[in-house]
Amino acid sequence: MSYDRRRFLADSTKLLLLTGAASEAWAYVSSGRPEAAPNYDLSRHWWAMFIDIEKCIGCGLCAKACKEENDVLDEPFYFRTWVERYRIPAKDSADLEAEDRPRVDSPNGGIDGFPDVYPDDGAKSFFVPKLCNHCAHSPCVQVCPVGATFESPDGVVLVDKDYCIGCRYCVQACPYGCRYIDPRTNTVDKCTLCYHRITRGLTTACCEVCPTGARQLGDLKNPDDPIHELLRAHKVQVLKPNMATGAKVYYNGLDAAVR
Amino acid sequence: MHPMLPGVEGFMYPNEMELQWSVLIVLYPFITGLVAGAFILASLQRVFKVEAVKPTYRLALLTALAFLLVAPLPLQLHLGHPERALEMFLTPHTTSAMAMFGFVYLWYLLAVLVIEIWLEWRPLIVARAASVQGVAGRLYRLMTLGSRNLSPRALELDEKVGYAVTVVGIPSAFLLHGYVGFIFGSVKANPWWSTPLMPIVFLFSAIVSGIAAVLLIYLGYCFVRGVRLDMPCLDTMAKFLFYVFLVDFGLEMLDLVHRNYEADESLKTLNFMVETRLYGSQIVLQIILGTVVPLGLLGLAQLVRLTEAARKGIYVLSALLTLVGIFAMRWNVVIGGQLFSKSFLGYTTYKMGFATREGLLPALVVMVLPFLILWVLVRLLPPMEEAPAAPGRPPSAP
Repeated sequence: MSYDRRRFLADSTKLLLLTGAASEAWAYVSSGRPEAAPNYDLSRHWWAMFIDIEKCIGCGLCAKACKEENDVLDEPFYFRTWVERYRIPAKDSADLEAEDRPRVDSPNGGIDGFPDVYPDDGAKSFFVPKLCNHCAHSPCVQVCPVGATFESPDGVVLVDKDYCIGCRYCVQACPYGCRYIDPRTNTVDKCTLCYHRITRGLTTACCEVCPTGARQLGDLKNPDDPIHELLRAHKVQVLKPNMATGAKVYYNGLDAAVR
Repeated sequence: MHPMLPGVEGFMYPNEMELQWSVLIVLYPFITGLVAGAFILASLQRVFKVEAVKPTYRLALLTALAFLLVAPLPLQLHLGHPERALEMFLTPHTTSAMAMFGFVYLWYLLAVLVIEIWLEWRPLIVARAASVQGVAGRLYRLMTLGSRNLSPRALELDEKVGYAVTVVGIPSAFLLHGYVGFIFGSVKANPWWSTPLMPIVFLFSAIVSGIAAVLLIYLGYCFVRGVRLDMPCLDTMAKFLFYVFLVDFGLEMLDLVHRNYEADESLKTLNFMVETRLYGSQIVLQIILGTVVPLGLLGLAQLVRLTEAARKGIYVLSALLTLVGIFAMRWNVVIGGQLFSKSFLGYTTYKMGFATREGLLPALVVMVLPFLILWVLVRLLPPMEEAPAAPGRPPSAP
């Protein structure tokens, strides 16, 4: 049987092409259907959050709603969002660096409220809600060895739990302490910005329940979104700006002491 | 405070209270450091022509292989999903330093160490393939890879290729361990880790630990096998240990001075940590017992004329202390880097389990394993005897 070079090349090319096509087709079939949000166009959103510290009353409803909405473990060391109470001593002529030593607490992430333990001594006190900053240049995404955590095209940092190997490098890389390992799956877990809600036109659970409107979800690609006016009218800051992570949770009234 | 989490002081972000990287991750840089260090020691003779350390050349190669084979094990044990580890090879995330581990590791194992060892022992393998019967004989015949050519021309070629592999191996060993340092040094969120000095400090401490380990293994080997100890070899190793250790200590002090002088926002927190939670492992074990004392002892042996027995005693003690110090250094980097909050406002405690997946017991097993592998390797590929049937083997220096 003769099998010349020309035929060999032709057959090999066909084989290669077909294998590629078949693998593409298989990837399409095995990926399943995307979550049903038929009217949602990834490319038309860029999500962010505006948090007004002046308005936060430390009720902890946001943290509670988040745990319920997203099936987050009850233990007080698994949080997708939590509230911190800062207390900064007043200027003291005897201790000029007292201001550098804020006292911070977050009992059960603020879910049960904050015990009234401090004397009324004129110290500055305020609440800081925290969550994943959905950074545009996320260090957590950068370090993931398998690409299980990624920035979605609409600006949300998400985790593919079927792919996460549980190495915990992303937990180390997050400057804000927003990630933890879920012992039920042995994979990393974090705030998804209630992706299942926002892709259906709803707001996040934490924003939904906030009684004072201290937390507001915003879409930076939507010119009619109120967040543009909020960012224009307030002097906002992000957490740890020196980290240059492109954080997209903007705080109004953020004190320099907050880390 | 939750009963499951004692030992938290001040304020930690809630998700930070549990430590992410355990004693197993301490072992990872410790073990790869021994690999890189042992290989650098071997290359001293092969490439840099330090003939005095020749008796340890083969032992150093086998030590490197024994530890390298175990190096991925602590990582594997630590993963939340060990069964998905291969994804790092199949779909590596190109921006991730960690994703490169598999490639750096395989390169070093397959392109450097295995080839060099095979070439070095080929005459012995061929000889034994012909003379040994049974399972071992079959193994040797397999290890010949079908080539039984021991002609002077073939051996000369082996020598040349072996030399080239060692030359490539030196930067590869640097890469292997410098890379491990980079994994920590590049985490900008963690001021205890984030320094460009980290890969260099890791590298020099690796060479230090490798020399100390091979020195002890050589002594142990000679003692067990009744081989006469080559004192000039030991003296030379101790001399190199002393000088590399000086550089390593200098780099670590540079890091310390730089941190204190620059005094950024993390300094108070880190200083407090070193003075309290890390005092025992950093100040006492790493710096005083693990560095200053062995440096003093090794320096003494350089400066003062001592008897052979005294020098031997000093070398053993210094090498042991050195290994304790380098282990403490790895501990302080890995565990220390997780004891403080990234809010700089609090501290947590590391509680090591015993018979848990990441506890002390698996850590001990992981540390014993390389010695078992080394024992097998030494039987299979004896480091101290020339192949009896190797005709006209040229000296290792071309």
